Amino acid sequence: MNEDTLLSARGLTLHFGKVPALVNVDADLWPGEVLAVVGESGSGKTTLLNVLSGRMRADAGVTWYRDPQSRLHDVHAMPAPALRALHRSDWGFVHQNPRDNLRMSVSAGGNVGERLMAAGQRHYGNIREAAIDWLAQVEIDPARVDDMPRTFSGGMLQRLQIARTLVTHPRLVFMDEPTGGLDVSVQARLLDLIRSLVARLNIAVVLVTHDLAVARLLAHRIMVMQRGVVVETGLTDKVLDDPQHEYTQLLVSSVLQA
Amino acid sequence: MNGYNFAYLDEQTKRMIRRALLKAVAIPGHQVPFGSREMPLPYGWGTGGIQVTASVLGAGDTLKVIDQGADDTTNAVSIRRFFARTAGVATTTDTAEATIIQTRHRIPEKQLREDQIIVYQVPQPEPLSKLEPSRAETRRMHALAEYGSMHVRLYEDITRFGHVAISYDYPVMVNRRYLMAPSPIPAFDNPKMHMMPALQLFGAGREKRIYAIPPYTDVRSLDFDDHPFRTTRAPQCCALCGADDSYLDEVVTDDQGGRMFVCSDTDHCESRQAEGHTGTGEPITREAAE
Ligand SMILES: Nc1ncnc2c1ncn2[C@@H]1O[C@H](COP(=O)(O)OP(=O)(O)O)[C@@H](O)[C@H]1O
Ligand SMILES: [Mg+2]
Repeated sequence: MNEDTLLSARGLTLHFGKVPALVNVDADLWPGEVLAVVGESGSGKTTLLNVLSGRMRADAGVTWYRDPQSRLHDVHAMPAPALRALHRSDWGFVHQNPRDNLRMSVSAGGNVGERLMAAGQRHYGNIREAAIDWLAQVEIDPARVDDMPRTFSGGMLQRLQIARTLVTHPRLVFMDEPTGGLDVSVQARLLDLIRSLVARLNIAVVLVTHDLAVARLLAHRIMVMQRGVVVETGLTDKVLDDPQHEYTQLLVSSVLQA
Repeated sequence: MNGYNFAYLDEQTKRMIRRALLKAVAIPGHQVPFGSREMPLPYGWGTGGIQVTASVLGAGDTLKVIDQGADDTTNAVSIRRFFARTAGVATTTDTAEATIIQTRHRIPEKQLREDQIIVYQVPQPEPLSKLEPSRAETRRMHALAEYGSMHVRLYEDITRFGHVAISYDYPVMVNRRYLMAPSPIPAFDNPKMHMMPALQLFGAGREKRIYAIPPYTDVRSLDFDDHPFRTTRAPQCCALCGADDSYLDEVVTDDQGGRMFVCSDTDHCESRQAEGHTGTGEPITREAAE
């Protein structure tokens, strides 16, 4: 593992029966960097995200995480309590469907405040204050702090999920198709928001997307996956402007034709 | 009762329950599974509490049984009679005289002592059950002391009502480690559990769980720094003994809307009256109360 990588994976391999979801995948992520994982549906992107974040085990390979004290942790050898604590504090996970993460019968403020309460904060006024501040940061009217998420639009739900995730200032956030399923205009606004937040807060992101335009807008580096294999990796602009692998060339040309 | 073992349960079952009790005492507030037995009473009638009482009862004990604070309800009377018959122990309604007190929904007003045991009947031992239906998940949450979601519930109450709107079974942290359901006692009684000199045992028959609070254990009701836990009681005095600090029941006295507030702890009320304390004795009309 390089001196200052935040997350490093080597030789990740995982089969579902005969389906190769990951084949000898290496990945590195530096602090503050956005790494996009792109590829067609079924290429293994979500599986990679789940393995990197310790939510799923690989058949082979290792994933290292460097904590703020610069100690290295083998993500899959961590005791469950430590991994769960990591997911509640230093890490975050943004799901494609915000309903998978939000508590739909709890107010927006309660949703945003939960990680603070889990981290031991016990001052109602401060928690509410932080929730209101975070709603504003994700461009939700703070007057809606007491409203139930079920009264929110799809784009607002996704922004609420982001506020709920970022409230503890994680250093590393995993995102799985965060703009999937949203209207194009709503997508554009959300992408701008994600881009400015991660830049300002210096958050490292592993971003899974099948959309090259999303990768281009948000990611510093890109990994292209095909049938579980990383076929090409490099700086986003370089890979997309001058793709070397024929599968990447196919992906890029299909975007240009569209 | 001929043909039955002392206190109804066979010795092997009592040993099994005592082992669970020892474990429960060793890990305050932690729920210990036990092999709940069929009892000659349906679930919901305190079978968990009865099994715990049967396992700690000795021939020299004096037993008190209360239901919502009263010694004279059908349920309290039948449990007391059950142990009088099956164990031949002395029974009492006097809190100070009892060595074991089995209770449903109240803690006596009188401060309990080191030489007493209080046994609570528990319908739902899992404080997280309303937030998380999966048993496996709540076990994990307890193991990792992940109680943030319970505070989310309190947060929601304060947001909606300006205060925590839990009046019974108000969750507590035991020994700063385990979140525990105190059984459906009023939140008014929660402070009595903190540093109580008596041993507190909890039995849930249907859910097959036992838990305990050893004497002099830290027991805190969940709250926020800026919304500290507060007890509430009806602003009246007891109409019979005049007490202004006891937990009151509202009793309807006629069909004209007349009602009285009286101590829910009948022994407490009667002993105060015996000492010469009196209330107004008068029912109040609905208008007067408002
Ligand atoms: N839990 C699972 N059980 C069986 N097969 C799975 C499972 N999860 C994913 N797969 C298969 O693994 C491959 C990669 O899936 P996935 O990582 O979800 O791809 P992507 O996110 O790129 O669409 C696909 O062929 C998918 O059908
Ligand atoms: Mg996917």
